[in-house]
Amino acid sequence: MSSQPVPGPVGRPRGRRLPAIFRYEGWQGLIFIAPAVVLLGGLVAYPLVWTIVYSFGDTNSKLDIVRWVGLDNYERLFTKDKVFLDRDVFPPDGALVNNLKWGVLYTTFSLAFGLLIAILAARVRYESLVKAVIFVPMAIAATAIAIIWKLVYEPDPDLGVANAVATGVFNTDPIVFLGRADTVNYAIIFAYVWASTGFAMVVLSAALKGIPEEIIEAARTDGANEWNIFRRIQFPLLSLPMAVVTVWLTINVIKLFDVIYVMTRGGPGTSSEVIATQMYDETFLNGEGGYGAAIAVVMLLLILPLMAYNVSRFRTERVVT
Amino acid sequence: MSVAAETLARPRATPAERLSRFVARTPVHIALLAIAVVWLVPTAGLAITSIRPRDEIQATGWWTSFNDFAFTLHNYDLVLDNAQMGSSFVNSIIITVPSTLLPLTIGAMAAYAFSWIRFPFRDTIFLLIVALMVVPIQMALVPLLRLFRDLGLNDWYLGIWLAHTAFGLPLAVFLLRNFFITLPRDLIEAARVDGASNLRIFARVVLPLSVPALASYGIFQFLWVWNDLLMALVFISDSDLFPMTKRITEMQGTYGAEYHLLASGAFLLMIVPLIVFFALQRYFVQGLLAGSVK
Repeated sequence: MSSQPVPGPVGRPRGRRLPAIFRYEGWQGLIFIAPAVVLLGGLVAYPLVWTIVYSFGDTNSKLDIVRWVGLDNYERLFTKDKVFLDRDVFPPDGALVNNLKWGVLYTTFSLAFGLLIAILAARVRYESLVKAVIFVPMAIAATAIAIIWKLVYEPDPDLGVANAVATGVFNTDPIVFLGRADTVNYAIIFAYVWASTGFAMVVLSAALKGIPEEIIEAARTDGANEWNIFRRIQFPLLSLPMAVVTVWLTINVIKLFDVIYVMTRGGPGTSSEVIATQMYDETFLNGEGGYGAAIAVVMLLLILPLMAYNVSRFRTERVVT
Repeated sequence: MSVAAETLARPRATPAERLSRFVARTPVHIALLAIAVVWLVPTAGLAITSIRPRDEIQATGWWTSFNDFAFTLHNYDLVLDNAQMGSSFVNSIIITVPSTLLPLTIGAMAAYAFSWIRFPFRDTIFLLIVALMVVPIQMALVPLLRLFRDLGLNDWYLGIWLAHTAFGLPLAVFLLRNFFITLPRDLIEAARVDGASNLRIFARVVLPLSVPALASYGIFQFLWVWNDLLMALVFISDSDLFPMTKRITEMQGTYGAEYHLLASGAFLLMIVPLIVFFALQRYFVQGLLAGSVK
């Protein structure tokens, strides 16, 4: 940590006299952090350890451990559980693969749209209006986003706007976007890109504005066109904020739960299942606490390197102000 | 960016020049318009659907409703009373307010100690707390559920308050500590020389100077809790205590495609965050940017 030396007491404290033991600063520090440490210890660290322990056992439906199974849960997860990872088909399928699809598509499109809009909006006077429109979905609960987009995707062309466009403009039959294994993931991903683009846009727009005008002006004087300015100056300078946004979106993907739970519950069948929805189902619907715990541990292991990167980045450089 | 640079270079653009520049940007305007439409249509569809009569929703698309204005607030009556969204609105507030204020207070106290009080293992403990940011809620659901059950905290909001507080704390400590250490050291030392206790320095010097950071975190945590579904699903089992997120999810299972209820319910859920967004946009954006490590 950038531990700035912290001053001890300077001079003798006047005013109210406390007993000597309270005047020792160390105690005061511990008292200040005590509530946080107690809560984090009892409600985060202790459950964390227990969930790891659980992952080596089987539970009954009341979530009490009934026997220890060693690494069986993990083995089952990666080799036998076709809902989690189906390697018998090509390309592989399952919740983990869906998270991978999400990680690639959702992250790429949120970032690309965010960058595109940040750049376009910077060229017009009504920039802040456009940005507000794109950003608003960030405030909306994933539960509400799910309802909004369920309505958009309704198969009846007199109800869902997506099928109104599909049948009216492109003359296709109505598409049951959320009811078909081959469309459901892309439909939900698009809905969530819609919701997250605002975040990417705000970060990248702030970063764009942080690039000194002199650099761009100098390049323009030297005859660089807009594309070259973007390609050679702005884009390289945006690599750090883009990395931070990418990592943040990827963490989002691993934790992804609400929007899928509300829109499809992982269906049809298990085709839109992701890690977090499967963890919930195994634990709270099937009463398989140990198996669910193993899935949670996998989530933790996936997030770990991403979060480490994010925190270290955050410390070394302020990406945005 | 480039607009500003161009304007600087040529401050006295004639109307003709300005017109030609505007025309040159026509593709930009069209692209932005198209994007704005795509972004507005889904939400607008929900908003309009929520004020259309049930039989019309099922007969025609919401985009046709501009021809015959037959709008009604009846859906909101239904969803507030019969579908219990009214009491769920209150429940959401009861869950969210303590779940925001507790981590804010506790986190700020800890952050103050990590910034301005010297004690053994200070930086180690701080790092351990920051490290807990990595823990997804899924890693705690079952043990917490059992713990709350054993302690009898599952019947009311105490359990979910504590869970939200605990999971909000690492970010609070991290963000606020990073802000507190940027405060001028002379100021803190001067207060110490004057004999102010740590509690006094914290309450009278540090907190008033840190309002932007506190507001950013507070808004972020508020929205986080307000919009949370997972913890509500697991920790709130009594139907009378459901927050709005869980109520809508439940309604969706019961009513399927009854969009007159779903749309008005979802819109009620969105209202508070939207107010927060428009009223406190600056803090909101800061909080989101700052919270992007969560």
